[in-house]
Amino acid sequence: MQTRRQAIKKSAVVAGLLASTGLFPQFAFAAYNTPAFEAKSIQDALKALGAGAPAESKDITVTGPDIAENGAVVPLGVSTTLTGVKRMLIMVEKNPASLTALFNMTDSVEPSFSTRAKMGQSSDVYAVAIMGDGKVLFAKKEVKVTLGGCGG
Amino acid sequence: MRMTKTLSLIALLGLTGSAVWAQKSAVQSIEEYRLMLQDGNPADLFEAKGEALWKQKRGPKNASLEQCDLGKGPGVFKGAFVELPRFFADTNRVQDMESRLLTCMETLQGLNAAEIAKTPFGRGEQNNVTALATWLAAESKDKKFNLSQSHPQEKVFYEVGKRLFFQRAGAHDFSCASCHGQDNTRIRLQDLPNLTKNPGDGIGFAAWPAYRVSNGQMWGMQQRLNDCYRQQRFPYPGFGSDATIALGVYLGVNSKGSASIAPAIKR
Amino acid sequence: MADPMRIRAQAAGDKTTVRVLMAHEMEGGQRKDAAGKIVPAWYIQEVTATHNGKTVLTAEWGPAVSKNPFLQFVVKGAKAGDKIAVNWKDNKGDTRSDEATVS
Repeated sequence: MQTRRQAIKKSAVVAGLLASTGLFPQFAFAAYNTPAFEAKSIQDALKALGAGAPAESKDITVTGPDIAENGAVVPLGVSTTLTGVKRMLIMVEKNPASLTALFNMTDSVEPSFSTRAKMGQSSDVYAVAIMGDGKVLFAKKEVKVTLGGCGG
Repeated sequence: MRMTKTLSLIALLGLTGSAVWAQKSAVQSIEEYRLMLQDGNPADLFEAKGEALWKQKRGPKNASLEQCDLGKGPGVFKGAFVELPRFFADTNRVQDMESRLLTCMETLQGLNAAEIAKTPFGRGEQNNVTALATWLAAESKDKKFNLSQSHPQEKVFYEVGKRLFFQRAGAHDFSCASCHGQDNTRIRLQDLPNLTKNPGDGIGFAAWPAYRVSNGQMWGMQQRLNDCYRQQRFPYPGFGSDATIALGVYLGVNSKGSASIAPAIKR
Repeated sequence: MADPMRIRAQAAGDKTTVRVLMAHEMEGGQRKDAAGKIVPAWYIQEVTATHNGKTVLTAEWGPAVSKNPFLQFVVKGAKAGDKIAVNWKDNKGDTRSDEATVS
């Protein structure tokens, strides 16, 4: 005989499994990929996104300041000249969770995005492109983070 | 012997040369970072809010601020910011932008100016004052400061502001001049402008209100001045106090001819 | 309802650069308040952009995106007078939608 606790645990697991099949959408929080945004490393985040091993590529550009005066607002951009991109990612390696933002491409938008992110400390910033054929390409840049003075 | 001396001199020059080069590079990088932030200043969001508040009927009198006289006549807001603080006959005092907004919020809308002045920054009506000041500053963006010194009270306030600027007091014996009284000083990576003279376009008085990225807050000149006092280990002189307005006159008159870049974006 | 976004959309030939400023705390969930308690995470998770009603971009964000987020992207094939709409949804389920005309 199951205890109530076992029964509840089993149903939660089942609900989770069903949610991942997409058959019971009310259990899933829209399309938001929580595990990817909680993953603590670049590799884990890519795995949660179902992406394979990344390869460095000169066709991907990551933009950002060499030194950010304040880690609360760091302008970061990702772009590429390649076609056939499915998704673009901004990742900050040393943040508590590496994945910062994810952009899903359509034919009507250029593979070029800029935003501002919080960086807890100096870190490599990655621009990642997940291609339609499954290839994962990246470029990285070191962004140093420092605190400025007392105001002004 | 001479050879060694020459060699060591060259070596020394080389070292200091590279140190200077490296330092310049870091400063350059920070400048680049600041430039990157210029496009897409969250101050825009406060501007939009301020503009809406100017036109919105509010308060017990259910009136807008559109008849507010900021020194250039009722309802004239373009260019008003760069002429403040100035003397106002209806209140018989020298006022800056934020204290003048309080006057209008009370006389036109029936809100309680004293209550708003007591409200801490970032709360309640203070947020509305900040948004209004941000929008009004934007309506004078790139215009040059041109404060009046024709009324006797304006002259008095300049002298009072100057005296306050140099007055050392408090537990740490600080004055404004401790940080802002000379050229070529900085705190860590923050350049400290010399505010005893005209610091140039967009510097010092000409850079507030500003959005501070370090805390995501929009700060008007009142908050900037009150917080300077806090940093000097003084109590806040108070929102719209004569002390802060006098300092505003001193700084604003010193900035005559320089362009305002407010609302700016800062660390 | 959250404060409005500021959206600017400028066309240059076939490319329209869209710049958006969103009013949102983007609380990361890492900070502690004065009492020592963690300030709960509150951040935009999903962003969508449409051009004349057709979806051109969907994005997912984490809590590391900065407060009062800025977003820039480039839409292809838009012209002056077209409508660009941006909407976001945060982890509490709040949403906000704003529209701008391409200039």
